[in-house]
Amino acid sequence: MSFFLILPLLAGIVGSVVGARMSPRTAPLLGAGVAGIAFLSYAALASSVIAGLPVEAAFWSVPSLGMGGGLQMDGLGLVFALLISGIGFFIFLYASRYLAGDTRLTRLSVMLILFMLAMLGAVTADDVIVLFIFWEMTSLTSFFLVGYDHEKPEARKAALQALLVTGGGGLVLLAGLLLLAIAAGTTSLSGIIAARETVLADPTALAAMLLVIIGCFTKSAQVPFHFWLPNAMAAPTPVSAYLHSATMVKLGIYLLARVNPLYQDEIVWQTILTWFGLATGITGGLLALRETDLKRILAYTTLTALGTLTMLIGLAPQLSIVAAMAFLVAHALYKAALFLIAGIVDHETGTRDARLLGGLRTLMPLTAGATVLATLSMAGLPPFIGFLGKELIYEAVLGAGDFAIVLVIGMIFVNGANVAIAGLLSLRLFFGERKPTPAKPHDPPAGMLAGPITLALLGLVFGVLPALVGLWIVSPSASAILGETAVVSLSLWHGFNLVLGLSAVTLISGAVLYLSWPRLMPALQGLAFIDRFGANRAYDLGLAGILRLCDRSTALIQHGDLRGYLRTLFLVTAISLLLTLVLRDGLALPVFDWASVDARALAFLGIAGGGLATMLAPSLFGAVVASGLVGFAAALAFLFFGAPDVAFTQFAVETLLVAILAFALIRLPIRRPDDRVARDRLKDGGIAVVTGVSVTLLLLAVLATPFDSRLSDWFGKNSLPEAFGRNVVNVILVDFRALDTLGEITVLAIAAFAVLALLRPRIEKSATKEPSR
Amino acid sequence: MNGVMKSSLILRTMAPLVLWLALPVSIIVLIQGHNNPGGGFVGGLVAAAGVIFYALGRGPEAARVIMRVPPATLCGAGILLAALSGLPALLDPSAAFLTHLWWMTDYGLGTALIFDIGVYLTVVGTATAIFLALIRG
Repeated sequence: MSFFLILPLLAGIVGSVVGARMSPRTAPLLGAGVAGIAFLSYAALASSVIAGLPVEAAFWSVPSLGMGGGLQMDGLGLVFALLISGIGFFIFLYASRYLAGDTRLTRLSVMLILFMLAMLGAVTADDVIVLFIFWEMTSLTSFFLVGYDHEKPEARKAALQALLVTGGGGLVLLAGLLLLAIAAGTTSLSGIIAARETVLADPTALAAMLLVIIGCFTKSAQVPFHFWLPNAMAAPTPVSAYLHSATMVKLGIYLLARVNPLYQDEIVWQTILTWFGLATGITGGLLALRETDLKRILAYTTLTALGTLTMLIGLAPQLSIVAAMAFLVAHALYKAALFLIAGIVDHETGTRDARLLGGLRTLMPLTAGATVLATLSMAGLPPFIGFLGKELIYEAVLGAGDFAIVLVIGMIFVNGANVAIAGLLSLRLFFGERKPTPAKPHDPPAGMLAGPITLALLGLVFGVLPALVGLWIVSPSASAILGETAVVSLSLWHGFNLVLGLSAVTLISGAVLYLSWPRLMPALQGLAFIDRFGANRAYDLGLAGILRLCDRSTALIQHGDLRGYLRTLFLVTAISLLLTLVLRDGLALPVFDWASVDARALAFLGIAGGGLATMLAPSLFGAVVASGLVGFAAALAFLFFGAPDVAFTQFAVETLLVAILAFALIRLPIRRPDDRVARDRLKDGGIAVVTGVSVTLLLLAVLATPFDSRLSDWFGKNSLPEAFGRNVVNVILVDFRALDTLGEITVLAIAAFAVLALLRPRIEKSATKEPSR
Repeated sequence: MNGVMKSSLILRTMAPLVLWLALPVSIIVLIQGHNNPGGGFVGGLVAAAGVIFYALGRGPEAARVIMRVPPATLCGAGILLAALSGLPALLDPSAAFLTHLWWMTDYGLGTALIFDIGVYLTVVGTATAIFLALIRG
């Protein structure tokens, strides 16, 4: 039981409740405090995790529901938890200045705290149900965070899109996780992985794997679900920096890595992850080069990173997992910093259009310094950690076997694009000639600069001390992903080899892309087919299609014609009865004993007579009274055949029914007279006949089956000794099946409330008319 | 108002009589349901019939006044009473919710009767709520 595993989540819960009552000025600082507590808690656990000791807590485990896992922490969870809480700390500081004076900052802070809580819960959950709940909680909170500027239609649209794609993907994931849990017989993640052989031998294994992959792909914006990520840039910059670079989009990567020990030898897993990852990387690189908005550029380069990570997990060898973890850390550091810097530039100059910016170095020297550090890591230059990550990627890709050459070429383009964007962000924005901007910029306050500078510096520190990174971060997490101890020895210098050559090629291609960007970007933007046939367009068409389908089906089913509803009701009943009877060979005739007929049969003549009279009645009122005759005759039949209780109830119900129908319903304004022509009447008559025949056939079939008296015998025998009552019907109602009765009277009451609610507007309307009279 | 008041003199005179006849009968029906035909459901229907007859004779507003409690409240109180009757059983860890307890088994006195009273109240409330709402409109 580890208290430090629970403390961050408790802090998050308390923080979100307390924060909601705080002012816009103080709420983000509380958030920073919560993030700080979380970071220190996880840091306190680090030494145990690195030593390979089990760190777990029986929090959120519900044994009675079969939810056993609780929380646990290994190297993989630790890296994510530290990134989430550490970057979160700077995000809160940044937000408090970036959105200073915004009255909605309280709401943003609480949502960010809840989001951080969900992320931390998701990466420390060992139970698939708990994981799923936190997973969807990140989707929900991201909906509110992306839709922060809810007056803007595009923000609302982007928020809905992110929710539909990632939340919908979460449901797919749930299906996959449940299949895994059923196959393994436990909802514990570590238990599922331990039961690898059983899980993989299950007939649902492939379906479960694909469902999990789809869930992760939606969250981590892999092709073809990549479109929501750039659109989510409608969110305020602190949100984009946090959700869309460092944390939420990596949750899919996290889960892929988490279940990797289960699937790492599966060829389908390797193939899908490798090629979809590569496709995502290339798509991101291409689309990044045709954007001019700083945040959208960064969003697309995030796609390249997410794709690369997915590809690395899909590549089987141990080295690729090591590369993935090193690159993950490198990317989180430089990308969060760059997002925050994009926000600073936007904040200070009033624009985030890359074409309108230049020469900001002299005006914003500290920002420029942080940018240079972050972009050097992004470009993969030594001695930054980005260099380490890139070298490892090339090394891993070269060992990929038959298709290595395709992957290498793809990676050169992806990394080249990143080099070009890194150049764009530092050289173009901060150096060269000064361009006029809407506002005169200067360095922002310390709260906003703290994040980018710290994160960018960490990229340098980690690069200079590769052994530290290997021992503390990469080795424990890679071991967790591989399910076996990973031997990691990281160093900056590998000598003059093929990998170094590839780095040089990458730099050169990046330089070419950067220099040709002013011409390349408009050319790529001119490729209209991307907008016309892209995944975003498919989403729009799909959503519009669903809405159209809803419109049509609603118009078809909810047409508002009461007679139509009745026709549908009766026809569906009749047809489903007939079909079941015929298809199941249920048609049967009972053996009829004419000798048993006596005067009691008159009751049934009464029922038939009532039915006939209802049909022939000239007025609505007459029909109501005649139908009452049917009910009373039926009650007589009950009485004659030894069911006094039912008869009693039937009499009472029938009395009330006739009273309600005769005195109340007839008063209701029935505006439309019976305007059916002969053909309509014939049709309705046909429906009535079919319904009557099908019910009659059913009753005959019921009578033809021998009566099973076990239940009635049991109740008859036990009614007095067990429940001390001689009226078996009543004893069943109030005692043996009392819970059913409780449910039934609840339904009764709800029906009454519904009637009251439906009739209310009419009452109010007539009440407001009163004075004018 | 819309004609509710124009009921016949006979109906108007008989309405309270019928109501005061129906109520005791409904309670007898409720209690005797333990051993003979009857019970909370039928009893509730009989009582509701009395109230409805009263409403036909004297109008829905008069019926509301004589009920003292809004019909919807009766529904809620009935469900609450029925659900509460199942709670004492929970004191015994081996018994399930709605396992009835008995004081005098010969007279049917026990939590089962409380449950049946709950059914009675809900039925009265539902039937009168619907009827009164309809004829008011």
